[in-house]
Order: sequence, then structure tokens, then C-alpha cells
Amino acid sequence: MSLDLLVAILMTIAGAATPLLIAGLGELVVEKSGVLNLGVEGMMLIGAVTGFAVATTTGFPVLGAFAAMVAAALASAIFAVLVLTLMANQVATGLALTIFGTGVSALIGAPFVGITTPTLGTIFPDWLTSTPLLRLVFGHSPLVYLGLLLTLGVWWFLNRSRAGLILRAVGESDTAAHAIGYPVLKVRYLAILFGGAMAGLAGSYYSLVLTPMWAERLTAGRGWIAIALVVFASWRPGRMLAGAYLFGLVITMELQAKAAGFNMFAPEFLAALPYIATIAVLAIISAAKRGSANAPACLGKSFRATA
Amino acid sequence: MFALSRRKLLAAGAAFGLAATSIAPAFAQDGEGKDKVKAAFVYVGPVGDFGWTYAHDQARKCLEKNLGDKVETSYVENVAEGPDAERVIRQLAQDGNDIVFTTSFGFMNPTIKVAKQFPNVKFEHATGYTTGGNDNMGLYNSKFYQGRAVLGTIAAMMSKTGKAGYVASFPIPEVVMGINAFELAAKKVNPDFKTQVVWVNSWYDPAKEADATKALLSQGADVITQHTDSPAPLQAAEEAGAIAFGQAWNMESFAPNAHMTAIVDQWCPYYTKRVQALLDGTWKADNVWLGMAEGEVEMAPFNDKMPADVKAAAQKIVDETKAGTYEVFTGPIKDQSGEVKIPEGEKIPDEDLLKMDWYVEGVQS
Repeated sequence: MSLDLLVAILMTIAGAATPLLIAGLGELVVEKSGVLNLGVEGMMLIGAVTGFAVATTTGFPVLGAFAAMVAAALASAIFAVLVLTLMANQVATGLALTIFGTGVSALIGAPFVGITTPTLGTIFPDWLTSTPLLRLVFGHSPLVYLGLLLTLGVWWFLNRSRAGLILRAVGESDTAAHAIGYPVLKVRYLAILFGGAMAGLAGSYYSLVLTPMWAERLTAGRGWIAIALVVFASWRPGRMLAGAYLFGLVITMELQAKAAGFNMFAPEFLAALPYIATIAVLAIISAAKRGSANAPACLGKSFRATA
Repeated sequence: MFALSRRKLLAAGAAFGLAATSIAPAFAQDGEGKDKVKAAFVYVGPVGDFGWTYAHDQARKCLEKNLGDKVETSYVENVAEGPDAERVIRQLAQDGNDIVFTTSFGFMNPTIKVAKQFPNVKFEHATGYTTGGNDNMGLYNSKFYQGRAVLGTIAAMMSKTGKAGYVASFPIPEVVMGINAFELAAKKVNPDFKTQVVWVNSWYDPAKEADATKALLSQGADVITQHTDSPAPLQAAEEAGAIAFGQAWNMESFAPNAHMTAIVDQWCPYYTKRVQALLDGTWKADNVWLGMAEGEVEMAPFNDKMPADVKAAAQKIVDETKAGTYEVFTGPIKDQSGEVKIPEGEKIPDEDLLKMDWYVEGVQS
């Protein structure tokens, strides 16, 4: 295998993993605060279409990425009002958010079908990407580096900061956190908004980097994979990183194996492999005695302040 | 509650009886035609895919333009192939549509089932091979493989590595036929030309289509062609400086440098003809497979970057196909193992093409 080929494969892996990682980290923080938001796919689509629309009209893809975060955070705010203030069922509301996002993104995107956009290119000067090895380090989209920084940031926030400790307390026992005076709903609102912004950013990765175009259902179900990865990662940022890159590896190797002409396995089997891997890991985690799956104790439950 | 629902049930039964008696004379007049036709379309993807479904929807709009207020159309998009499709098709039949066009291979069996239950409604299924004996169901398809032969010729003349990458959806006859036509035409230019196929197991998944393209490019292909519905492979080819072709519609805007031409699906003449037949009372279940000669398959304008000799060779195939003097599936054709499958001078009959499940020599899958 030539160096060029190896570098090309590794870069494709990073590209496939990054949006899953970013959306997954957002959802991880939301779930750590005790809220289950199944609307990731819908928020990603809203982010993808907004990012694309802003990038094509202004000519600045960076502005598009910011607009994507804002738009998806607004969509998540609707979800937050429904499940936190009005105490609607989180599963049903999350699903509704996905359906809403699919529809509204198609509506907003209608005038943008069939055109292309300036992309979020590399941030380093050309001489730093002139050889394959340099390209492997410096040749990625800025969002790939951002994904890695976010992993570190979320880990630090959850495990080393006081605010993160409060967020975890809210997710583990909302009544106890409330009793000692922490603002449960405020913490959850902020967590949901953060999750929305991350989903939007991940969505804009598709419309501004990977496939610089808008088409309906552009993300093709990646939001669901991000949600599954949170469980796969047992709510830990480090494992989230590993899970997203493992998923990227399996997707890429499946295609590379086919492109190289290996046909030992049926293509259907290879396509199913990432999902088989997810189920296998989930089974192993659940079987392990210590800490089991590590799910936040209040995940998915509505909170009503008593006294 | 029970009384209410029973009353509703009785009312519904009475309404049904009335409807049945009023439908009967209407049906008897069928041979004399209709003043207005309600036509419905079932799409497998979103109308904004800028590919397969987009082409069908453009034809629907064109049909409305051609027939004016004599036709009323509606559509349902994003219908999954399988049981859900049956529900959608049945709903459309119940809603009083006179004709329902189901536009994806996987809608065939659901269409057959619903057609049996609604003998007064006409059904037309795209790309299928059987109507299950229904005489109110027709089949229609286009000979896209004629366009694939043009692409194969361009690919082999412009490729430096002698290898094309083919991003494919599912191994069904329609797709297999396209791959074979591409490789056979390419082989006439360069006998050592290879076509490497990657199955993405989806009609529409932009991210996966793009990643598959990258995989093919990194393995030495410098021409990309696709049988999936999004422009993502074109964009990935554009970025890498390779050449590629549009699918179902002119996709030049996505890849101005890479896009050499595209196979453009023109369904409008057929839709107009069939709805007109229904208006005239001359509709009959049929099985048609039309191509370039009938204007159902067109090539998008050739890119200016294409050298003059390549343009001439591509245009020659278009002209000869229209004239009926060029047929890509003419022997001798060898299969993957190198055995002669179709002897010299013999053509593969249409019914065998529609069942094609083997690859010609030079296809790597």
C-alpha cells in the first residue's frame, strides 16, 4: 500500500468521523443533564440548510457555519420549552423535532437546490500540505481539528469544572440538585442549546465540507448514528472520540475494500458491519458488571420543582 | 362510543354502496374517454434530489403544462420501497386518482397488489419486469444503457489510468446492464479498460457516495460514473481533478470542470402520451422500453473541455443509436471469466437484458 493511498484513507476516516463526533458530543452533554433529545437528525438538517443558504448568499462559509449553529440552537430551544417548561414527553417531542427539521429544511432549501457553494477549505498555507505526511497533519477541514478540541473541552468541562459537576448532579438526581439550590431547568436549557448548536455545526459539515450542496435529507440518517454513539461511548467524551473514529474506519474500509476489488464478503454484510459492531459493543458494556452502561439516572424524566 | 362508531360504519357502508353504483356507469363510459384526469406520482426520493426523482417531477410539471386544466397531478415523495409503498399507493387509489405512476423498481410488487384491488384505476410502474397479470397496470422504462455507452466511450478516450470507478446502488438488472454497457463501449476504445464497481447499497446517501468516490479515486480510477441519485460523486471528482458524468439530469452546475456530459431522463413525452390516451379512452396496459430514438434518453451538452475527437466519437454513438445502427450489446461479448457468452454478430434480446445478472469481461465488482 502506497503512502499516498494510506494518507487518503486516513483522511477519509477523519472526514466521516468528524460530524458524528461533533453531534455526538452535543448530545452527550444534553443526556448528561438528564434530557434525551432524539431530534439530532432534524437539527443537523436545519444546520445543513442554514449553513448552505448563508454561505451561498454571503460568500463566507465561516459565517454559514455560525449561522448553522444559531439556527439549530433555535430549533432546540423549541424542544427545550416543550419538554422543560411544558413537560412534554421527551421521546415523542424529540421525534417530532426530527420530522419538523426534515420538513422545514426542505422548505428553506427549495431555492438552493442545484447550486454549489464555496467550502470551508484548509486553514494552513499550501506549503504545509505539500507532502502526504504533512497533509495528514495539516490538510483537514478546520472542523476536524475543532472536533478534537471539543472532545477535550467537553471532557474538561464534565470532569474538571464546577459547572460540569453541577450539570452531572442535575442529570443524576434532579430533586437533590434542586434541594440544595441548583437551577435544574436553567442547566438543562443551556445543555439543550449547546446540543442544538453542535448538531447544527455537524450538519453544516455536510453542506459546506463533505458534499458542498443542498439536497433534501442531505445527512441521510447520520443524526441517529450520533445518538447511538452516545450509548456506545457510555456517556464518556474519550470513548465518543474513539467510537466516532471507529465508525469512520469501518465505513471507509468497507468502501476501500470494495474499490480494491475484495469480494470475500457480500456487500450487504460489509454495509451492516458498523451496526453489528455497535450492537456488539453495547452488549459487552451491558454485560460488564462495574458501572454497567453508566446512563445518567434521570435520563428522559421530566422534572417538576416541588416547593 | 360504540353506537357512534357503528353509526359511522353504517353511514360509510351506505356511502360505499352509492359510490359503487355511481362508479359502474362511469366505468362503462371508459372507452369514450374522460374530460379530466387525476394523476398521482409516487417517488422514492425527495423532489429536491436533483437526480432521478427530480427528473420525474420535472416531467410531472411538464405534463401539467402540456395538458393544462385537463389534468390534475399530485405526488408523494420519500416513499420507502416495501410495505410502506403499498399503503401510499392504496391511499392514492382510494383518493380518486385515475392513474398512478410508481417510479421506482422496488414499488413493483406493491403496485401489483394494489392494482388487483382497484380494477378501475390505471397503474403504471417504471423499470419493473412484470404486472402480475393485471390488465390495468402498464410498465415503462427508458433505455438508459444507450447513454451509458456514450459515457463509456468518453471515459476510455479521456482516461490516463485506463480505469473507471463506478458508484453503484443495488445489483439489480437495471444497474448491472448500465455497468456492462459502459464497460463494453469503453473496451471498444481501449481493450484493457477496467471498470471498478463499488456498491453503496442506497439510491441516495450523499456522504457515502462521496466517500465511495474518494475510495475509487485513491485506488487509481481517474473517471467516475455513478448509478446513485445525488451529485456528490461529481463534486468529489471535481475536487480531485478527475472527470465524471451526471446522472438523470444535467448536473454541470455542481462540477463545471469534471462534468463531461450527463444522461438526461426525459419522461415528459411518455407521461403526456399516457394521460392523453386516458382522456381519449384509448389507454391500454402496455410494456414499453424507449430510448434515444424516441427522445426519452438525451445527453446533456458536452463540456467544452472535451477534446474535439472525443466529442465527435460520442456524438457518433448518439447519432447511430438514434438511427438504429449502433447497439452496444452486440456480440462477441465475454463474461468475467473470459468465456464468450454472446457469439459474434448476435444481439442480447430485450427480455434477457431486463434480467441481466452477469458482468462482462473487464468489470471488477
